[in-house]
Amino acid sequence: MTGPEVIDPKFQYVLRLADDQLILGQRLGEWCGHAPTLEEDLALANIGLDLLGQSRSLFTYAGEIEGKSKGTGKIRSEDDLAFLRHERDYCNALLVEQPNGDFAVTIVRQFLHAAFMTPYWSAMTASADETLAAIAAKSVKELEYHLRHCSEWMIRLGDGTAESHRRTQDALEGLWGYVSEFFEMDEVSNAMLTVGVGLDHAALRTEWDVTVNAVLERATLTRPADDWTQSGGRRGLHSEHMGHILSELQYMQRAYPGMNW
Amino acid sequence: MPAAGTSQDSTPAGRLSDTARARAAVAGICDPEIPVLTIEDLGMLRGVTVDDHGQAVVTITPTYSGCPAMFVMKTDILCALDAAGFADARVETVLSPAWTTDWLSDAGREKLQAYGIAPPVRASTSRRALFGEDSVNCPQCGSAETERVSEFGSTSCKALYRCRSCAEPFDYFKCL
Repeated sequence: MTGPEVIDPKFQYVLRLADDQLILGQRLGEWCGHAPTLEEDLALANIGLDLLGQSRSLFTYAGEIEGKSKGTGKIRSEDDLAFLRHERDYCNALLVEQPNGDFAVTIVRQFLHAAFMTPYWSAMTASADETLAAIAAKSVKELEYHLRHCSEWMIRLGDGTAESHRRTQDALEGLWGYVSEFFEMDEVSNAMLTVGVGLDHAALRTEWDVTVNAVLERATLTRPADDWTQSGGRRGLHSEHMGHILSELQYMQRAYPGMNW
Repeated sequence: MPAAGTSQDSTPAGRLSDTARARAAVAGICDPEIPVLTIEDLGMLRGVTVDDHGQAVVTITPTYSGCPAMFVMKTDILCALDAAGFADARVETVLSPAWTTDWLSDAGREKLQAYGIAPPVRASTSRRALFGEDSVNCPQCGSAETERVSEFGSTSCKALYRCRSCAEPFDYFKCL
């Protein structure tokens, strides 16, 4: 029986981070030209751009780590990693690949992500890995803006009209079960925690709860029950939406292999 | 001490003036999205070195991770160095320490103001409250009676504001 290829856990850890930001950034890009107002169109594109920029730094670093751990051989570039893998090789969390839905779904998804990534990047500034600490210091400043923007929308929508409240509550119920994946620990994250490179993700739950509960209360929204969870993205087991994202994301490289501009 | 060094000059004084020459060649390059600000005004220019072989290395840091102007500025830097006689130059990007609006020079802040963009008001080191809002003066009429329209504007580094006194919309260079 052949097991999976032994991969440097640091490569895998950085790749997960890169994939999360890439796929969520791609989702936000789908709003470009379609958002409810011009200002919000700009905001979603700006947030998507931040995430794309973070993913570029992370992919570049992941390629370097892989190159070192494999010894000689071609180092995969940020583009190779972003565009030329198969669906099962992407290891983003399931939350970020969920469809945009209505505006409430997009805002709730972004809020749940930002409420996790803000304390995550903040703590990662103390990572034993200098490159990750540098990316974290850059990213946490950007995430604070994302979190505040989404929190304001959560309150406006939740405490808005009956319809906006209903749609936001529905979005919360529909996405809630995907959140637990962010707090999961496995061989990869435990290996990185042991060497001081990564964090204990489960320990971030307390701060996440405080942020989320405070915003939900102001938004007059009800915290959903923790009665279902779904995960698998970290192992490459994705929802049915992932292939559709990749077909658009990878189109140019699949149609014109090796193209650049 | 020679008045100007050349790239063939291997004395310390020659290297120093080479470095100064390379720095002078690139310091005036502007951010294409805010064309009144140079990379030096912005604090993006982190270092210029010229080694014994005359190779120039310029180190810059991005304002935002996804800033699309970075590519243009890198190209402009290489072109400027080439024109100044540094053919084999390199541009390196560093992320640490992370760029902050505190690095914006006083000259840069004045240029922003004159251009109609309100400069960042507050030291970025004070962590913002979750729902805090900056008090920004209108760059047109100076009034403090302004309101934020959106925290995200035409570029990553700006927010959209409106003046309630003169009714003009304006950009605000936000704190980071």
